[in-house]
Amino acid sequence: MHEWALAESIVFTVNEEADKERLKDITMVKVKVGELQQIDLDIFKFALENVLPLSSIPLDMNRIDIEIDESTLKCKVCRNEWNFREAAGKLPEEESEAIHFIPEVAHIYIRCPRCGSPDFEIAKGRGVWIDYIKGER
Amino acid sequence: MDRLYQRGEVMDPRLNIIDKRFENVQRIIAVSGGKGGIGKSLTASTLALILTKQGFRTGLLDLDFCGPSDHVILGIEGVFPEEDKGIIPPEVLGVRFMSITYFAGYNPVPLRGGEVSNAIIEMLAITRWNELDFLIIDMPPGTGDPALDIIRLIKRVEFLVVTTQSRVALAVAKKELQVLKELGVPVAGVLENMRRKEHSTVKEELSSCKVPFLGSILFDDNLEDALGDPRELLKTDFAAKLERIVKADLIQ
Repeated sequence: MHEWALAESIVFTVNEEADKERLKDITMVKVKVGELQQIDLDIFKFALENVLPLSSIPLDMNRIDIEIDESTLKCKVCRNEWNFREAAGKLPEEESEAIHFIPEVAHIYIRCPRCGSPDFEIAKGRGVWIDYIKGER
Repeated sequence: MDRLYQRGEVMDPRLNIIDKRFENVQRIIAVSGGKGGIGKSLTASTLALILTKQGFRTGLLDLDFCGPSDHVILGIEGVFPEEDKGIIPPEVLGVRFMSITYFAGYNPVPLRGGEVSNAIIEMLAITRWNELDFLIIDMPPGTGDPALDIIRLIKRVEFLVVTTQSRVALAVAKKELQVLKELGVPVAGVLENMRRKEHSTVKEELSSCKVPFLGSILFDDNLEDALGDPRELLKTDFAAKLERIVKADLIQ
């Protein structure tokens, strides 16, 4: 995921929800981002500042709470579990960048540290989701 | 006093931006075929070149993650998308081209079903096509997750189904057309490729599917030599016939 795309996604989603529920004010948006997305929070906040003016409902940056969801990778062959932070330190920058854009390509560049298989499940720490939106009607 | 509201259902915001990404794309054609090896990627790639040649602003999206080949057919190497509030597909030979190969390089991409779906969502969400007359999508074989995802995520997609006169390919094409019909997805037409016999029964066999039959293209013995060189590709008999079909039945 790209930080700008994420910022746009969130603003559009909040606006759509506000329209649907006829909200007058947004008091809190809880966003969770998987660790594998490797969102740079500074870039994301900068993007958000630029995208917020597109919002038709008043939306304050301080009311958007971003939390990084830590990862769990599970090998389907030997059942080993590890996390992206352990693997990321060994990755060349361009491979890490590829995973940033399309997290699923982690299956190309990461192997199970125990048995070496590429057949693992990203059990946790991928994707982007809005946990909740709080507002006033 | 205003009532407090809290939406607790988990929402995937990526889905909301995908519609925005296609706002300025006039037509979206998914080139599909139930079976591999029927010339689907070749049709998609050549179609994109032909449309560009006709003066249309054209994009090509290779969604066959496990076996991408458009970059091979078009001889695309050494280019990478720009970043500008998202990913801008590079323009190669006039075609804006997006592929998993930008992120996978020459490596195989061993993805399971659900992971393919997520990768499609990511790619659709981050890619900024800007204004296009046509976006051609090279679909992976089959009517599994990727096809259903495209139908769900891209509201205005229409399908171009490629088949051959092989009984195997034809049987699978019929199944795909049935699925598309049941889902209410528009079908731009069916294209027969690699015809070898003088008289083919493909058109008759598919008449019960009630979709336009766009035409038939003979097997082109010289095609292999043109792969990787788009200028040579456009000179082939295959491209010439496809261009006639495009002008007659696809450009409206």
